[in-house]
Amino acid sequence: MGELKLMKGNEVIAEAAIRCGCDGYFGYPITPQSEVMETLMARKPWETTGMVVLQAESEVASINMVYGGASCGKKVMTTSSSPGISLMQEGITYIAGAELPCLIMNCVRGGPGLGTIQPAQSDYFQACKGGGHGDYHLIVLAPSSVQEMNDFVNLGFELAFKYRNPAMILSDGAIGQMMEKVELADYKPRWTDEEIEKISGDWATTGKKANRKQHIITSLELDSEIMEKLNHKLQAKYKKMEEEEVRYEEIQCDDAEYIFVAYGSSARICQKSIQIAREKGIKVGLLRPITLYPFPTKPIQKLAEKVKGMLSVEMSAGQMVEDVRLAVNGKIPVEHFGRLGGIIPSPIEVVEALEQKIIGGK
Amino acid sequence: MADLEKIMKEENIVYKKTKVLTDNVMHYCPGCSHGVVHKLIAEVIEELGIQDKTIGISPVGCSVFAYNYIDIDWQEAAHGRAPANATATKRLMPDKFVFSYQGDGDLASIGAAETLHACNRGENITMIFINNAMYGMTGGQMAPTTLVGMKTSTTPYGRNIDLNGYPMKMTEIVASLPGTCYVTRQSVHDAASVKRCKKAIKKGFENQAKKIGTSFIEITSTCNSGWKMPPVEANKWMEKHMFAYYPQGDLKDAERDNPDDYIKYIK
Repeated sequence: MGELKLMKGNEVIAEAAIRCGCDGYFGYPITPQSEVMETLMARKPWETTGMVVLQAESEVASINMVYGGASCGKKVMTTSSSPGISLMQEGITYIAGAELPCLIMNCVRGGPGLGTIQPAQSDYFQACKGGGHGDYHLIVLAPSSVQEMNDFVNLGFELAFKYRNPAMILSDGAIGQMMEKVELADYKPRWTDEEIEKISGDWATTGKKANRKQHIITSLELDSEIMEKLNHKLQAKYKKMEEEEVRYEEIQCDDAEYIFVAYGSSARICQKSIQIAREKGIKVGLLRPITLYPFPTKPIQKLAEKVKGMLSVEMSAGQMVEDVRLAVNGKIPVEHFGRLGGIIPSPIEVVEALEQKIIGGK
Repeated sequence: MADLEKIMKEENIVYKKTKVLTDNVMHYCPGCSHGVVHKLIAEVIEELGIQDKTIGISPVGCSVFAYNYIDIDWQEAAHGRAPANATATKRLMPDKFVFSYQGDGDLASIGAAETLHACNRGENITMIFINNAMYGMTGGQMAPTTLVGMKTSTTPYGRNIDLNGYPMKMTEIVASLPGTCYVTRQSVHDAASVKRCKKAIKKGFENQAKKIGTSFIEITSTCNSGWKMPPVEANKWMEKHMFAYYPQGDLKDAERDNPDDYIKYIK
């Protein structure tokens, strides 16, 4: 059993970063995730693990610092919230194009524009469908507890390095701000130069030794024939992720006639909704995607064979529901329910939506 | 031919291309300053023996392909963001030598914030700033450093202050920041200036080992295609007009000018 603590989701991100041997954090203050950098600055990891922590002049700078650090084969990360993540999209697409590993946490708040500082899930499209320009994907992990905020820092880095691809923790203002019991990971030392050489020695910009060719980190290729091949290589990587990295959780799906599909905070609410619905005699279960990209398409298809309808519950105007519908492909009714602008739906509202849109609907 | 082979012996060599420069044919236009500056950087890297410790950050602009010519590890940054890449690279690997290589559009316009803040934090990096008063790669549009009255593809009637504001003296601005230790303005238009420029670049790299802050080296340059001038005419035009607005020489040398402050700084 690791060390147990009562902590905020955002604080745990900082703690987990230090403990998993992260080399560098570059960030810019924005509500509701400023606790990440505040915790790091208070913990002063540069004095213990040697981790670099830097407050950048903007989100644009912080993501490009991540680009620079990732180019050196280092474990680097940034965190922000929706408007800041929008600013980072340029850097994220460069990082994806240059095939670099890094970790980004988005503590989503309601938009569009400056929006609100309250929790939302309205950045699903941005996180899962690219976000910046070009054909690319992030690995997207959706924590629904403070414990998962902790676990996904390590998992995010693991997957990022496995695929040389940026990974994102898609959290929200509720998960980031709430306090829960968390079992912290043990300290792992930062990688030594020798370990980095072993892991990323064939591409990282660590200084050109006499016995090797230059390492050039770039996303530029003016020859379209080659650029197409590079794109195919990326697509093959995404296909492999879709085959091997799908993660999800099924709750009370065995006897279910209806299914909630929900991630993050909404999945927590749906667990209460299941209880309320089952007391009323409605057999409903929950499919909780843990990876939003790659999306659990097959498990949803499988459930669609045996249930009567699905309700995608999101704090958005209906984004993930498109992927649920693509998976179900018209076999059963799929509807969306969500509250917008930073409102968290109540469990009763969710059950009512199921009754009206799916059970009573048709 | 036989005579030539007789002459080409090791003991007769008075000048030779540094090995840090690759054999790739440069894509730059005839008369362009980039090629000369690349050569100087490569020579400095060879002379300091830091080829295996140097990481270059290339920009978006004509010198986007700098990595094809200088045989070291490179990161190709997003437009204007080279100082951010350089900041992280240097902080994560403090014993390496890290430099950014940027044009005026990249460094003074879209990357102005990254430039000012890297300099203000006193990052221990060397910034090479090629100022040819123009966006060369995209076809000669107005840059922040374009002189008043200068014709570009987006100022076809000449840069107009009311419309476009004033040419920006980025080098003077960064010299005013406490984080910079060495700020200089050089050129490479004749033999003497090439020699001086190399000395400045070398000093910029040497400062990294001393960990005394940011070294910023502007190289006032020509863009023959953009200026629509043959090389010799462009050099003369630069001396007459560019040097008048962008005076040559050191703007700041903390180690030389303020030895007390400098000692305080490194303590």
